[in-house]
Amino acid sequence: MSGTPFPAISGIVLRYLYLYTRNGLRAFELFFWPLNTLLVWGFLTRYLTQAGEGGASLPVTFLLGGVLLWDVQFRASQGVSVSFLEDVWTRNLLNVFVAPVRTWELVAGFCTVGLLRVIITVPILSLMAFLAFRFNIFDFNLWLIPFFGNLLIFGWAMGMMANAMVLRWGQAAEGLSWALPFLLQPFTAVYYTVETLPGFLQPVSLALPSTHVFEAMRHAMAGDVRIGQGLFLAFGLNLAWLTGAGLVMNRVLAIARDKGLLTKVATQ
Amino acid sequence: MLPPVLTVRDLVKDFGDFRAVDGISFELGQGEILGLLGPNGAGKTTMMNMLLGLVSATTGSIRIFGKSLEKDRIEILRRMNFSSAYTSLPGNLLVRQNLTVFALLYGLKDCRRRVRETMERFGVTELAERTTGHLSAGEATRVNLCKAFLNRPELLLLDEPTASLDPDVVDKVRTLIRETQRESGTSIIYTSHNMQDIEFVCDRVIFMHRGRLIRMGTPAEVKASFASASLEDVFIQIARGGDLEVAGVQ
Repeated sequence: MSGTPFPAISGIVLRYLYLYTRNGLRAFELFFWPLNTLLVWGFLTRYLTQAGEGGASLPVTFLLGGVLLWDVQFRASQGVSVSFLEDVWTRNLLNVFVAPVRTWELVAGFCTVGLLRVIITVPILSLMAFLAFRFNIFDFNLWLIPFFGNLLIFGWAMGMMANAMVLRWGQAAEGLSWALPFLLQPFTAVYYTVETLPGFLQPVSLALPSTHVFEAMRHAMAGDVRIGQGLFLAFGLNLAWLTGAGLVMNRVLAIARDKGLLTKVATQ
Repeated sequence: MLPPVLTVRDLVKDFGDFRAVDGISFELGQGEILGLLGPNGAGKTTMMNMLLGLVSATTGSIRIFGKSLEKDRIEILRRMNFSSAYTSLPGNLLVRQNLTVFALLYGLKDCRRRVRETMERFGVTELAERTTGHLSAGEATRVNLCKAFLNRPELLLLDEPTASLDPDVVDKVRTLIRETQRESGTSIIYTSHNMQDIEFVCDRVIFMHRGRLIRMGTPAEVKASFASASLEDVFIQIARGGDLEVAGVQ
């Protein structure tokens, strides 16, 4: 381990690798919820397809695509927020904050954990989707890369926001931290088009990068060519969201240092 | 004369209307162990947290290794470390795993060797493959100290390292701290409510009360200034008498 590049980030990632390889229940949790969701939505898709006598097969397979891509964003977000909460729960947060770790290294470490969670769960989910429902995620070809990339970045930004909330309001905000991705889910058009939402909510939806990814996914599945434009827009929005989340995190850290909140969160 | 490791000047911390630290100034010499004492609410914890960069100062300055803590925090933290009875290493990892993670966080070269050597120094090699959360209080304290000395710190902050340990373990832990400090020449700031600990370990002490520094000197000097036989008597006088006037502070 001599001369490890980015040692602080490696340390943060190694901590979670140790955690997940040591504990079978952790690994179980990693797969249980996404598999459960996939099976429920997969069987619903099959039922709706059969009920529609095949005519509705394309719209209902949108659901499966939505399930798989939503999991990317959710895992990325959780990787950042749960990694942070893990240090709160184990009263290790102070040890980390007094180590020579820069804020960006801490965030980069958590984001890497989020990426690893995606890398581990998505192939298994994709395989299950193919075996059980003949849904082939590789039909998206190279579009998969911007789909995944955009959702990862937005998931990271959400995770950073969730961590800022816990730092600012303590463990009382922990539930909110878990719920944050789900608070956005109804508005980000995972399983339906933006036009389905009431008119006043559509601008909110279009301000979320993930909305453009799910829209692009449906275009790709329908053989529509309007994919790239939405993904570029998603990327631009992601840059704004990520910058915003970074600024919020920095501001909250400054408030936490002023009010002594770091020690309160770490030792409560 | 060697320059001080730590220089604190006119440090003030306000939390809203409440002044937790009120104009504290002191220095810590190289290889010195300084006890930070005072009753609950004296401002010790806020002081420690400010020295770690966890709480920002309202006014005043902290310079460590001649650098500003505000501007060069990361560079300073590489050369210092911290252990507290109120924090713990993740209980769900093995001792060896925890120490390896912290060796990386401190950017140490050849982490495995450093972890092995430090575990040997603190006599915790046999605990390496034990789950950290399953250790006894005494074992956990030794492992925490092992983490604290992992980067061979030039400045170490120990926050009640012997809290909730039985007298036998307390004696072993403070002897270990004193021996390791003599070998390494580490400067230490040490807080404890155990006055025997302080007398055994510290070269100099600071008494704080209601955020102010009310006495500073060797344990013998402080006892003499209060005409007390022990630091414990001094502590009780301050805590019960309460007022700064008791300590002769205007």
